[in-house]
Amino acid sequence: MAVTNVLIAGVGGQGAVLASELLALAAVAAGHDVKQGEFHGVAQRGGAVFSHVRFGDRVYSPMARCGDVDFLLALERLEALRYAHFVKPGGTIIVNDHKVEPIRVADQRPYPDEAIDFLEAKGFNVVVVEATGKAIELGNHRAANVVLLGALAESLDIPQEVWDKTLQDRIPERLLSLNQQAFAAGRQLTIS
Amino acid sequence: MAKRLMSGNEAVARGAWEAGVAFAAGYPGTPSTEVLERLATYEEIDAHWSSNEKVAFDEGMGAALGGVRTMVTMKHVGLNVAADPFMVFPYAGTNAGFVVLVADDPGMYSSQNEQDSRYLAKVAKVPVLEPADAAEARAMAIAAFELSERFQTPVMYRTTTRLAHTRGVVEVGERSEAPRKEFSRQASQYAIPVYARFRRPELEEKLDRLREFAEEFEGNVIEEGDPKVGVVSHGIPYQYVKEVAPEATVFKLGMVYPLPKKKLKEFCARFDTVYVVEESEGFIQQEMASFGITKLIGKERFTNIGELSADLVAAGLNGTPVADDFAGEVAVLPRPPVMCAGCPHRGVFGTLKKLGLLVTGDIGCYTLGCLPPFNAMHTTFCMGASIGNATGFNKAGEERVVAVIGDSTFLHAGLPSVLSAAYNRVPTTTILLDNGTTGMTGHQEHPGTGHSLKGGPAPAVDYEALIRSLGVEHVEVVDPWDLEATERAIQAGLAHPGPAVVIARRHCNLLPEEKAKERTAYRVDPDECILCEDCFETGCPALVWQDDLPYIRDWECVGCSMCSQLCPADAIGPVEEV
Repeated sequence: MAVTNVLIAGVGGQGAVLASELLALAAVAAGHDVKQGEFHGVAQRGGAVFSHVRFGDRVYSPMARCGDVDFLLALERLEALRYAHFVKPGGTIIVNDHKVEPIRVADQRPYPDEAIDFLEAKGFNVVVVEATGKAIELGNHRAANVVLLGALAESLDIPQEVWDKTLQDRIPERLLSLNQQAFAAGRQLTIS
Repeated sequence: MAKRLMSGNEAVARGAWEAGVAFAAGYPGTPSTEVLERLATYEEIDAHWSSNEKVAFDEGMGAALGGVRTMVTMKHVGLNVAADPFMVFPYAGTNAGFVVLVADDPGMYSSQNEQDSRYLAKVAKVPVLEPADAAEARAMAIAAFELSERFQTPVMYRTTTRLAHTRGVVEVGERSEAPRKEFSRQASQYAIPVYARFRRPELEEKLDRLREFAEEFEGNVIEEGDPKVGVVSHGIPYQYVKEVAPEATVFKLGMVYPLPKKKLKEFCARFDTVYVVEESEGFIQQEMASFGITKLIGKERFTNIGELSADLVAAGLNGTPVADDFAGEVAVLPRPPVMCAGCPHRGVFGTLKKLGLLVTGDIGCYTLGCLPPFNAMHTTFCMGASIGNATGFNKAGEERVVAVIGDSTFLHAGLPSVLSAAYNRVPTTTILLDNGTTGMTGHQEHPGTGHSLKGGPAPAVDYEALIRSLGVEHVEVVDPWDLEATERAIQAGLAHPGPAVVIARRHCNLLPEEKAKERTAYRVDPDECILCEDCFETGCPALVWQDDLPYIRDWECVGCSMCSQLCPADAIGPVEEV
């Protein structure tokens, strides 16, 4: 099987790394070779965080090449823009319809509210998901990462039993039900 | 064997555990930190955070000489702190296996410099192993202990950020206990300064034997491919080579010092040109050139600045251009890290900005104090430098200078500088940011926290008594959320004629016990707000513009009240009161 490349991006604290770890664990359980490389400096401090997940028969590089990413999952709109050049022509960008203003620096241009239109004009298959809205509905805005993962799962060939077991094994008991609901909600959002 | 998904750091720890490691020590430093955290999870391993890397190294030497397999862990700049014993230990050689894990940070994701530790190993005459993925990280940890005991040498186990933080599939094994080896009390081998001249030739002989070993080491492998394209690589760069040139013939080095001279010469004789693909400096290329090998292409094509990538390696090998991001077409705004909402450091840096002081800084989250909106840190170099730097500025005639240093950093390398200022009666003012943890690396315990790495209770340093005992008469504790009190305390410290220490004490908001606290979020009253923007001087990420007004995101606000203290219109207060 050719290597599938997924890039997950967000703001420190949004759970981009956990989402990518869940995907990597599910891919291992589904029998793939996997590499998952995460990029964070002082990640808890609100900076940009991203992680590559690559799976297939044999994976070498921990990160995909520019233009090779099949799916970009962005937990925030500006972060979708930041990494969109990694996505292959016509590739899929699943983006949380959520905005986190970066800290203001001198002479900074305004936040790019046109992000989604820009990405669509570039020919990407942009799927806008109300992940944070859905997560708040479920009782915790932090579950947006797993909503987004559920949205991605619809496009991957990993059986639901594998996802179920992965969530069970990795998510602490007290948060399991929330995350199971978030995952299911994400799937539902992409189907409809 | 069971297959598991593990990060490089976890896999190193797993391999060390399987190799029978009994003692491990280190000091936190990204990207090395998780190795020791993971080692500590094994009940057979006695693991602890040391007060700094030199101490960890000294303790490790003692344990290995005392007969148990030992791993010490640190980042590249940590090895600088431990460089003194690192350079001398090889003169003695070890008894039981001794491996120092050193994690380099190409790209400086969380470091003050790029530093290729292979050079330090060469200076110390210590062999270096470097894995290329998590599976190798486990296996090579076991090989490192075998190598160490076979040659009675300390071994450097080098990783990089990408190796440390990449998860991969690892087949794990079981632990083999390593029986304790008896220490023989021979001063002629271990009392180095007295016997160094006698030991010196033996060090060279050992290095010669290590060179021979490199020729047979099974981690140095040739992967046959296209007879026209020859590549020498190692570690993570090897993965990039396989990604972009799967057809190439690759000499993959698992031992990056000393190199297998004979094998490399034979390999290179087969090709018109050999590409040397390595990250950071051209260490392998230079070594190979010193063997008389010509026609090498390395750093001319593969930059020594920052981290390599598959795209950069493709550009170097084939001239494939690296794609640009979309920043030229749309506002891809930078998103630098920020201090968290309610971070106690904010109170100190807001005050330092207001007072217009010259600030010498140190290594930690608070280094972000040099960024807007504070711009209130003017120098930062390395662990503990702030205090000595402030003393020096004072000597140069600068009176309005303060040093700012975190609690873990203070205990790591700040103490000797306070002692020097006190001893020499220099009126150095130090602000000790005591947030009760090692914040930036992810909340490790340290001698001030009251807990050990393994989780048990530990004595917590009494900073006030400790600092007074060094000869500092003026020590004052203040809550940095109280802006008025913080300003008063800093002014009093500066006014004191001798050295002074102001302890700004409040726990990091991200600590679990802080997160668990009931918090009342604050709110901006739109009818009272005069749009002066003073509240934005906090730089708090919970405070944003919404509908042309300052707005506090209640889910992020921890109720520190600092924005409210800055508001001249009394427009900000706890949610239920406004």
